[in-house]
Amino acid sequence: MHKTIDRRQFIKLAGLGGGVVFASGLGGFSALAQAASRHGKKASGAEEDFYFVQLSDTHWGFSNPVINPDFAGTLQKALAQVNALSPAPDFIVFTGDLTQTTDDAALRRQRMSEFRDIIAALKVRDIRYLAGEHDAALDQGAAFKEFFGDTHYSFDHRGVHFIALDNVSDPAANIGADQLAWLGADLAKLDRQQAIVVLTHRPLFDLAPSWDWATPDAGKAIDLLMPFEHVTVFYGHIHQQHHHMTGHIAHHSAQGLMWPLPAPLSVPKKAPVAWDPAAPYQGLGFRQIESEHGVPTITELPVKA
Amino acid sequence: MRKTRRLHVAMALFTSTLLGFAAAAWTAVPVVRVVKVSAKRYEFRPASITISRGESLDLELVTDDVLMGFNAPDLGVRSNIVPGQVSCLRITPQKTGTFPFLCDVFCGSGHEDMNGSITVVD
Ligand SMILES: [Cu+2]
Ligand SMILES: [Fe+2]
Repeated sequence: MHKTIDRRQFIKLAGLGGGVVFASGLGGFSALAQAASRHGKKASGAEEDFYFVQLSDTHWGFSNPVINPDFAGTLQKALAQVNALSPAPDFIVFTGDLTQTTDDAALRRQRMSEFRDIIAALKVRDIRYLAGEHDAALDQGAAFKEFFGDTHYSFDHRGVHFIALDNVSDPAANIGADQLAWLGADLAKLDRQQAIVVLTHRPLFDLAPSWDWATPDAGKAIDLLMPFEHVTVFYGHIHQQHHHMTGHIAHHSAQGLMWPLPAPLSVPKKAPVAWDPAAPYQGLGFRQIESEHGVPTITELPVKA
Repeated sequence: MRKTRRLHVAMALFTSTLLGFAAAAWTAVPVVRVVKVSAKRYEFRPASITISRGESLDLELVTDDVLMGFNAPDLGVRSNIVPGQVSCLRITPQKTGTFPFLCDVFCGSGHEDMNGSITVVD
């Protein structure tokens, strides 16, 4: 079955949805696309266009109405918007912090069970899950695995190689030697021109270590990825868009779906951005990621009141 | 008798030499202030520490709870805090300002609020 999307049609559809297409000032995707066409070098294998949806940091179980008066309904609103997308995405990925952390192991499972029931409303059933530290750090991912499967894995979709990395099951937020060895072996099979998308929860660079926005051993994963020419990382954790380059590797964090956080180090203490009754759901949203010949383009979609 | 006296003199000399060395050693080593920081879910005590620029301070990190971390990334120091152990971390900051520290080992539902700051003054 072919669901190849005309690019202009896609952008138009996205535009009607109130989205903003990300054109990287850092030279991320657009530079990659230009470089690819300049050198006649496309990411290999990825001949088919498709798109997927990234949702992140839904924090199901959070219940402070001062921070989000619609804590029990924001996720469902986002899911309805995803269901309304036409054409539908090929798949949907949740990049962690599906649930709000709790010290109570039974309550953790209850929240995961409720989350699973709520997202059963998604029409697209190809769903990939990553854990956040809220889901996994207190039991090394045990409950998460019961409900959503492995915390790290890879898969191929229409010529793009996807790698899900777990930097949260370890309470110290390391990827760890075992997973790094697995990553090395996974990459060893690939051509250097292969389009690679890395999905993870925490940033794979030192965004703001004093706000816990880092992964201590991320450099080791980046070293393994560096020889590949087309690598893009999509992550969550910081509850806002952020775009960064490590050499030619682009990193793009997604907005969250419970509360936004301030720009890195912009205030003395990290704390949720206050709910604005004049602009409800501001800073909350999800994104579409279109892959055109393996080169991704992001369209950000806000949650609509 | 004479033998014994000579021995006593020798011992006295020896002892005073030892004391001399000890005194020299004592004055040569600067006194390092020690601050005991206890971590419990979900706070550090004390949560704010003040130090002079160039001063050395030994942080003695302890916890009775679970494994914690002490990380002051802007000062380039971090340590695990292991229940039942004293972890010693020496800081000698060379720049003034207020530098945050945080627990960087996810320790429970209030973990994200577990932080403090080191203020370095001139
Ligand atoms: Cu997170
Ligand atoms: Fe989060």
